[in-house]
Amino acid sequence: MKLVIGIVRPERANDVLEALYRAEVRGVSISRVQGHGGELDRVETYRGTRVKMELSEKVRFEIAVSDSFVGPTIDAICEGARTGEVGDGKIFVVELEQAVRIRTGETDRGAVTPVEG
Amino acid sequence: MTPGSVSAGDTAWMLVATALVLMMTPALGLFYSGLVRAKNTLNTFMMSIGALGVVTVSWAVVGYSIAFDRGGGLIGGLHYAFLHGVTFAPRAGTHIPQLLFMAFEATFCIVTAALVSGAVVERMRFAPLLVFMVAWSILVYAVLAHWVWGGGWLASHGTLDFAGGVPVEMASGFSAFAAATVVGARKDYGRQALLPHNAVYVLLGAGLLWFGWFGFNGGSGYGTGHPSVLAFVNTLLTPACTLVVWFVLDLVRDRKVTAIGAATAIVVGCVGITPAAGYISPTWAMGLGVIAALPSYAAIMWRPRTRLDETLDVLAAHGLAGLTGILCVGLVAQRAWSGRASGLLYGDAHQFAWQAIAALAGPAYAFAATFVILKLIGLVMPLRATPHEEALGMDVVQHGEEAYTSAEGAILISSEFDVARPVRP
Repeated sequence: MKLVIGIVRPERANDVLEALYRAEVRGVSISRVQGHGGELDRVETYRGTRVKMELSEKVRFEIAVSDSFVGPTIDAICEGARTGEVGDGKIFVVELEQAVRIRTGETDRGAVTPVEG
Repeated sequence: MTPGSVSAGDTAWMLVATALVLMMTPALGLFYSGLVRAKNTLNTFMMSIGALGVVTVSWAVVGYSIAFDRGGGLIGGLHYAFLHGVTFAPRAGTHIPQLLFMAFEATFCIVTAALVSGAVVERMRFAPLLVFMVAWSILVYAVLAHWVWGGGWLASHGTLDFAGGVPVEMASGFSAFAAATVVGARKDYGRQALLPHNAVYVLLGAGLLWFGWFGFNGGSGYGTGHPSVLAFVNTLLTPACTLVVWFVLDLVRDRKVTAIGAATAIVVGCVGITPAAGYISPTWAMGLGVIAALPSYAAIMWRPRTRLDETLDVLAAHGLAGLTGILCVGLVAQRAWSGRASGLLYGDAHQFAWQAIAALAGPAYAFAATFVILKLIGLVMPLRATPHEEALGMDVVQHGEEAYTSAEGAILISSEFDVARPVRP
């Protein structure tokens, strides 16, 4: 059981969601974050003030999956998020100690497996 | 009032009306920018601000002359180019100085050019848009204004267009149709939900447009006489009726009255009454408000199911409602109210025929001319942003600014003042 964290461009978030859906990965949390990778800085000008925008808007996906779904999840995020330009984001996979489905009290594999029907 | 004299009362009202109509352009910018995604807010608003700049100049240089100088049936002459001879002497047929008449008509041309931008928001580059608005204001707006107001062929056959059904509403609507066709759909159109980002802007913009429209229609009698009073009051009645009908249509369709629907209804009602404002009775104005809602509502529901990304529905809201209004003049105008002709229901089939001819010729010319202008501009510069730029948003790409910047992570490069920089040891 792993937690897959994908940090992607906001304008690709919809493509990632579509790719995850096609890969039959369900159960996703997303949040808006700001971050800085290696991308070129954006220069903006407001009247006489010129600023370099070091932080870019990103969308962070968190997906808890059973081990057999780690590969398909990573592939789906890459497929949806890749533009080939610097700034496409990163994927981190971390060990997940425990998962609980609040409604039923199911734990671990049962908790991260989508409900049938 | 003797012909050839200037009236203080007329002039006072027309000064105010001119300012009211000028306000409609930033109001339209607000309306449009609320309807797009957050990353395109500034670019969309700037399309209207752009018209305030370039179209005012093109109007003063040559547009006014083409529209309002005597000349042929198709276009006016060039005697008023660079405002030559446009002075304090009254404009023929009015009791206001021609200088003021020119400024009042300028505000119409500005807002109409800005209206067309609604078809191409979120993807068209800013520089070619400015070039387009200059060309369009001269080759489309000024020509159509000459046809109905400057002594052109429609005017001389008796077509009645009080405040701009042909040059403003149908011209912008059908030009928007052509512009959307040439520029093409947004890259995500039909794939993703592209939703309005701020409905409050849309409501406030619509409210300010309605307010400005009292100058637009109320000023189109060029004074304080009966046509102006009738037009002013009809500008209250018609949009109210459209609004109520829109509520009912929304309730029937989805059991909910929508805010963006209401804002749209206000615009549709104002558009509907525009050509008819000084010609039809208040009762018929209310009837027009009901009728005008139907084709526009149907088109707004249907258009997103097509491949035509005429993004902000200028064709439905302006083109179709303007068409309804101009035909309505031909049906229900009454000499007792208009002081001019009567419509078909009051015994004058000839009037209806010339309203119908205007409703065919105006849109046909606007569509064809806009199509050609944009194709020609497209030969010398790219009309649209790349898909990558479109994804980033037009605000950052075209203007280097954002509407909702957080300033977190912004590092100062230079400022107006020579701020002492911290010195590294």
